[in-house]
Amino acid sequence: MSEIKLENLKKSFGKTEVIHDLSIDVKDGELIVIVGPSGCGKSTLLRMVAGLEDANQGNILIDGKKVNELEPMERNIAMVFQNYALYPHMTVFDNMAYGLKIAKIPKEEINSRVQKAADILELGQLLERKPNQLSGGQRQRVAMGRAIVRNPVAFLFDEPLSNLDAKLRVQMRLEIKKLQTQLKTTSLYVTHDQVEAMTLADRMIVMNQGNVEHIGTPLEVYTKPKTLFTAQFIGSPAMNILSGDCQKGQISLSNGTTLKTNSNHSGKVNVGLRPEDFIMDDNGLIKLKVELVELIGANTLIHGKLENSNEVLVASIAGVISEDKVGKNINLAFKDDKLHLFNANTDLRIN
Amino acid sequence: MVEKKKSGYWLTHAGLIIGVLFIFFPVWLTFVASTVNQEEIINPPLPLWPGTEIFENYYHALFKGGREGYGSNEPVINMLINSSIMALGITIGKIAISLLSAFAIVYFRFPFRKTCFWLIFMTLMLPVEVRIVPTYEVVANLNLLNSYTGLIFPLIASATATFLFRQFFMTIPDEMVEAARMDGCSPMRFFKDILIPISKTNIAALFVILFIYGWNQYLWPLLMTTDPDMKTIVIALDAMIPAGDDFAHWPTVMATAMLAMLPPIAVVIGMQKFFVKGLLESDK
Repeated sequence: MSEIKLENLKKSFGKTEVIHDLSIDVKDGELIVIVGPSGCGKSTLLRMVAGLEDANQGNILIDGKKVNELEPMERNIAMVFQNYALYPHMTVFDNMAYGLKIAKIPKEEINSRVQKAADILELGQLLERKPNQLSGGQRQRVAMGRAIVRNPVAFLFDEPLSNLDAKLRVQMRLEIKKLQTQLKTTSLYVTHDQVEAMTLADRMIVMNQGNVEHIGTPLEVYTKPKTLFTAQFIGSPAMNILSGDCQKGQISLSNGTTLKTNSNHSGKVNVGLRPEDFIMDDNGLIKLKVELVELIGANTLIHGKLENSNEVLVASIAGVISEDKVGKNINLAFKDDKLHLFNANTDLRIN
Repeated sequence: MVEKKKSGYWLTHAGLIIGVLFIFFPVWLTFVASTVNQEEIINPPLPLWPGTEIFENYYHALFKGGREGYGSNEPVINMLINSSIMALGITIGKIAISLLSAFAIVYFRFPFRKTCFWLIFMTLMLPVEVRIVPTYEVVANLNLLNSYTGLIFPLIASATATFLFRQFFMTIPDEMVEAARMDGCSPMRFFKDILIPISKTNIAALFVILFIYGWNQYLWPLLMTTDPDMKTIVIALDAMIPAGDDFAHWPTVMATAMLAMLPPIAVVIGMQKFFVKGLLESDK
């Protein structure tokens, strides 16, 4: 049970700075998901907390104690790797017990701890097997077992589900969530998959190019993204961004359509509209020339261009929309509070 | 391509059988020659089926070191022991040293790491034959002539094995090292508990190759053993072949040759399972 605090962390590889001045507070028992595109520095961040990489600057505090100089083991943190990193020549039992053996914990206690972890993870039948006799999901569970038996102050997950197939991933995601709620161990979870991020996180951190774009609960990040990047990164299909000009509570889009807003900002803006916030409405303000209709089952994706403009737009409408709309114009409406406004110069949220 | 026709099946087998016979026939002749007496072997034609002198010949070769009147030798049993000690020493030494140096090169960041690797690699160009005079000088100055240490040490460094282990270690995912670090593994503990067990098949494969290399050493033992007690079996065999007008007791010589073949065969058969596994797959 512990808090992790990162203060003004900086990290560079050679001359390339990969993490710029990053500060995060992780509360006790919280599951924080760090999400971002590849190369945004999220794995590096995790490895710095683990002690596998040194920070160039800044402090890493666990329970108020600075751990920058400590070896990974001394930080008492457990990590689950993407490719599991199980020791191939050891049985499941030995894999889980290895860290405890090194820590010179008495045999009986090792046995009881491993047994307990095996029960939680339903690995009881598999303790004598070698990793190459296990399926992907089972290996992942062993990797988690290896983390649990040490009673660490925190779990670090480095894209733990990326090597699993889609169905198993959903199942393991639930198990991780259940496990974490049950054990109440502070956790950092790195992923590039936004569904994992949204479903698992107590709070999530959106990272881009070594910077934190947004820290907040999944709902906050979805409904009130702080930056243009977050807005476009979270949500699928991605948020539509239209350029516009905002004057006295009125936004005029590139094709001349005007939208109302309660913001007093004046100047160039980017207007963000989520595809799923649109509804088909003959009186709708947004006029769309339909180019393609994609049916995905529960809803239909309509791709098109804003009328008299080259800006592309995607709308996700519930139900089935007939394909004969292609080439025709449709009107789309949305609720005023679903409109996101970003300053065109700073990419920061306005409303 | 897989040939499905019957004729192809027989043809390939015929080819294989002929190949095996070609290789096996000289060995068979050696064996036959080691079981007959001197008269039978001197008078042509060469016998093709085993005779009755087998125990006599092998007994003399092993414990007496040849027959009266035919130039004596040390008993072969001594030389088998010498050869085994030398071959095992070379094999184990080579494996231990190359495992450690590959471990250092792959997992530690120290100054001139690359240079060290290339220096080791360059010794590939310096086998014993090339450096035999200076090596002899060094060993002589250290008073190691006619000793097992002197037989083994100059042959122990192995660039090939270091290179092989380096390549193998580099295929082990970094996460394995990191997981071990998270488990609180010290470097030597990682080496002992994880690296060596994973390299088991590679070690077995190398063991076979290096044992045979050590067993077959000729030039170095020839040069540095003057004491008959220290001779290896390969040297002894050579010494048994008569020069000029001398006579050799061929059945004993052939019995010695057969005996010289046994330990390498035993090693190959014993390690075969690992050997093939080590060359074909790596389990990570």
